[in-house]
Amino acid sequence: MNILHFLIIIPVLTLAGVLTSRSLKGVRWVSAVGMFAQLLVAIAVMVTYMGLRKGGDSAEMVLMESHTWFASLNIHYTIGVDGISSAMILLTAIVMFAGVFASWELEYLQKEFFVSLILLVTGVYGFFISLDLFTMFLYYELAVIPMYLLIGIWGTGPKEYSAMKLTLMLMGGSALLIVALFGIFYGAADGVHTFNLLELGQHPMPVEMQRFIFPFAFLGFGVLGALFPFHTWSPDGHASAPTAVSMLHAGVLMKLGGFGIFRVAMYLMPQAAQEQAWIFIILTSISVVYGAFGAIWQKDLKFINAYSSVSHCGLVIFGLLMMNRTAMDGAILQMISHGLMTALFFALIGMIYSRTHTRQIHEMGGLMQVIPFLAVVYMIAGFASLGLPGLSGFAAEMTIFVGAFQHGDLFHRVATIMAISAIVVTAVYILRVVGILLLGPVKNDHFLHLKDATWYERLSTLTLVVAVAGVGLYPQWLYRLIYDSLGPVAEKLLAAL
Amino acid sequence: MISFDYTLLIPVLPLLMFLTLGIGGHRLKPLMAGLLGSAAMGVVTVLSYLTAIQYFFVGGGMGADGYVALIPFQFTWLAFTDTLRITLGVMLDPISVMMLVVISTVSLMVHIYSLGYMKGEKGFQRFYAFLSLFSFSMLGLVLATNIFQMYIFWELVGVSSFLLIGFYYRKPSAIAASKKAFIVTRFADFGFLLGILILSYYTGTFDFGILTQPETSPVASMAGVSFMGLSVVSWAMVLVFMGGAGKSAMFPLHIWLPDAMEGPTPVSALIHAATMVVAGVYLVARLFVVYHFWAADIQEVIAWVGAFTSLFAAVIAITQHDIKRVLAFSTLSQIGYMMLALGVSGYGGAEGTGYMAAMFHLFTHAMFKALLFLGAGSVIHAVHSNLMTEMGGLRKYMPVTHITFLIACLTISGVPFLSGFFSKDEILVAAFEHSKVLFAIEFLVAGLTAFYMFRLYFNVFWGQERHYHHTPHESPWVMTVPLMVLAFASVFSGYLPFTHLVSPDRLPFEVHLHWGIAIPSVLIGLAGIGLAWVLYKRPSRVPDRMAAAMGGFYTTVYHKFYIDEVYLFVTRRVLFNLVSRPISWFDRHVVDAFMNALANVTNGVSDRIKGLQSGQLQMYAATFAAGVIGLVLLALYYLGSA
Repeated sequence: MNILHFLIIIPVLTLAGVLTSRSLKGVRWVSAVGMFAQLLVAIAVMVTYMGLRKGGDSAEMVLMESHTWFASLNIHYTIGVDGISSAMILLTAIVMFAGVFASWELEYLQKEFFVSLILLVTGVYGFFISLDLFTMFLYYELAVIPMYLLIGIWGTGPKEYSAMKLTLMLMGGSALLIVALFGIFYGAADGVHTFNLLELGQHPMPVEMQRFIFPFAFLGFGVLGALFPFHTWSPDGHASAPTAVSMLHAGVLMKLGGFGIFRVAMYLMPQAAQEQAWIFIILTSISVVYGAFGAIWQKDLKFINAYSSVSHCGLVIFGLLMMNRTAMDGAILQMISHGLMTALFFALIGMIYSRTHTRQIHEMGGLMQVIPFLAVVYMIAGFASLGLPGLSGFAAEMTIFVGAFQHGDLFHRVATIMAISAIVVTAVYILRVVGILLLGPVKNDHFLHLKDATWYERLSTLTLVVAVAGVGLYPQWLYRLIYDSLGPVAEKLLAAL
Repeated sequence: MISFDYTLLIPVLPLLMFLTLGIGGHRLKPLMAGLLGSAAMGVVTVLSYLTAIQYFFVGGGMGADGYVALIPFQFTWLAFTDTLRITLGVMLDPISVMMLVVISTVSLMVHIYSLGYMKGEKGFQRFYAFLSLFSFSMLGLVLATNIFQMYIFWELVGVSSFLLIGFYYRKPSAIAASKKAFIVTRFADFGFLLGILILSYYTGTFDFGILTQPETSPVASMAGVSFMGLSVVSWAMVLVFMGGAGKSAMFPLHIWLPDAMEGPTPVSALIHAATMVVAGVYLVARLFVVYHFWAADIQEVIAWVGAFTSLFAAVIAITQHDIKRVLAFSTLSQIGYMMLALGVSGYGGAEGTGYMAAMFHLFTHAMFKALLFLGAGSVIHAVHSNLMTEMGGLRKYMPVTHITFLIACLTISGVPFLSGFFSKDEILVAAFEHSKVLFAIEFLVAGLTAFYMFRLYFNVFWGQERHYHHTPHESPWVMTVPLMVLAFASVFSGYLPFTHLVSPDRLPFEVHLHWGIAIPSVLIGLAGIGLAWVLYKRPSRVPDRMAAAMGGFYTTVYHKFYIDEVYLFVTRRVLFNLVSRPISWFDRHVVDAFMNALANVTNGVSDRIKGLQSGQLQMYAATFAAGVIGLVLLALYYLGSA
């Protein structure tokens, strides 16, 4: 049996397990075991993939399987992976594993919470393995719907408003995607009507059609990737979402945007991508600096992180738009890096909030003295975010910059320099938070009695720290893995120039 | 062929020590952690000395024509394309081997000294972990085989510096200083990174070995390309220099260094006097060939920036009261000397005096400035204050500190036959041959240096005896032994045959003491000492009256020419209030408000039209009838007209 099926089967089994467990303990442990098994499967997928490649399998996608699903519209359940999807699956598994332990102490409706969360992540896995656009879209919607419930029920602050806003804006993105989807379906050359990504790649759309459809696809995914100016769901959504949802959402779900942009929009419409890139390069290079400056002024930890995500995810799309293999590779590294460290940030913020009952940085201070473990990990996350060598952010950002610098013209140069300048601003907002939140004297006497991290909190954060450091210490294998899988899309983009 | 494989251990040991102490340090007894760290550093020192001996004196580094660059170890860390790759490795050449000796010596002394100085401090293990991290990063920096490796370790020394300046993390001033240091150098690194990217775009390599080949360097091919009237090499190299200027605290990026004195004193000695702050000098020296042959305009800029900084900092040093700040400004001034020397240097034979002198001075300066800082630390340890207004007459209580401090002061003042005399003299010779104006500036600075150092010396060890909380006493031997070792180095390191070891073309050459320049510079140094003797040896009101007489000028100098205030204005007022704040506002009140408005409009419209769906049958029937009549009329009209 194709190993990819397990990526869907295990969450479904876990769901069943959670639904039938009678106690809170049962719910927790079933989720934990399930997600651990899922992590093992994700590793197995990666190992299998690498083994196949080593064995000389040079197909664009491997582990493929296809079942006719809806013959009249030529819809299939087609699955398969390449290096990039394997890496994204592994990222998802790591974040989810950490997320379960970060939600250990949830206060109410635990069963329903875990059910929604696992449903959500099932959608994410499905998205990454789908090669049929229709199936892919279906899985995507499967991920978005539970999000509404998760924020609306288990959130904090103006949670109904935030949940509604996030869902509506993402649905707006989906509406654009639907248009793109049918444009692609009917637009393919040679009268082929299919949703199969690889087949569509063989029959490229006429350029006029591409010009019309590309913005729909790009913006549809862009909304999800927090592209300026469609990013405003992110601060509100993250601020209200419960810890694990923020982790999964910022860590993985936002990456579906970038993933879709190169896998669907750029792959199928390379000419239009080349023609229209300049508009989006302007938008994203603004968004990188804009998000960073926006973060300086925030007072709520989650808002800081949300703006920081706008900046970092802007860099993802920026890297993709540079359309050469190095920069795109950097963009995907950045997706992974940002996914890991932002999940770490949100996990920590949740843990800090559960102790201090505030997220306003000015109400806290000196946490290094009272909860040193969490404070040190927060600092490591901060260093990863500001691009310290040895942690994941550095390798990713540098790869994007080196790739972007391969364009010699003035327009690309200016945009790139603007994007690079964010490294300074990032240092400012990260160190500001570190200074106010962790260092200095303890501001509130109640904080003197706070307990440091419990075992499950340690497990959750250390998993992510190890991943962040692993990518950062030896980025070469990941770089290479992604590089090889970027061949098809990079060739198409190059040919379209 | 001598094997240098063991040099890999030089950076790796401190890294292992950092991991050990960082992860398991809190389980160890403080003293144990300190001893472990020091022992590792001791091994590193032995290995570094062994490397130096084998490289320089046994012939391990000597090739057919001059010293060669050896790469005993390297691996690919990240290969962007087939040619453009970041490797991490160990490169041995004259300047990197020399730096190994400097770093390991000072670091070991600081490790030992801190056993006494930091005794009883909370976070003792953490302190040693950070020291190891710093040593690792600094060693990795100097051993870099390529410019990107240097950048990687450049960032790592930056973060170690951040952690160590902010070691007393409960103190708001320490937090502010560590932030400032990191952000200012980050800003400079932004330039450095751009420089690297431009360079690599045109040359397709990061490798020092390829970039700095005078005959075959690919940089030569980019010299013809120009942008906005300046060749792209100049652009790249000025940006790279920006990085160096940030780390080495050259004007106008110097503002972080005086504040960095918030860190524990041994840290100031190691990072902010002897090693990290000279990384910029090292960077310029590393790329000297590129500067000299293809960016001569930028080399000139470096000379002037160095000269200006040395004068500017020396003037400020005269007015400061905090002994560590005096030393910090003195460091700025002395690094200015080194930069100047690189800026005026030529290539080949005696032309390369400036380059050699810069490295020579870097070496001697590391020894005597580390000694000054550790001596100051010993004083601070005894009187629990940084202010020289609260010190005086300490020579009686602290004989070892006193004598070693005096030796350091004499050395920095250029008193004959101590190490500073030789290295400074070479710099002045090089400056004299390049430009008389630069020479005049440095000549003046030599006098100022002697004056402010002896102002400090007399104020602390002579002058008026203060009322101390408890009688000051000499520091324990773990602190005084490093002082003695460094004093020995300060005295004798001038006799190292630098002209045979370090030169831009890596060929040994000869220079002789230039008495025509040495004698006047000694005299001006002695004049400075004499003036300080008169003014400060005995308690006197003359200095205060002189300061008062100078009025506004004195205040301006005392406030460091208000440059910090300018920066504060730009960051706080302009960037925070005029950029960041409006962006936050714009995001919430324009971008987001637009999205909310869309939702509200949708809501409003639906509110208006929802009355149509009323459920009243009569209403529906009426509408239906009206619709039918309307359609019939319309049809009749069209049929009639057709």
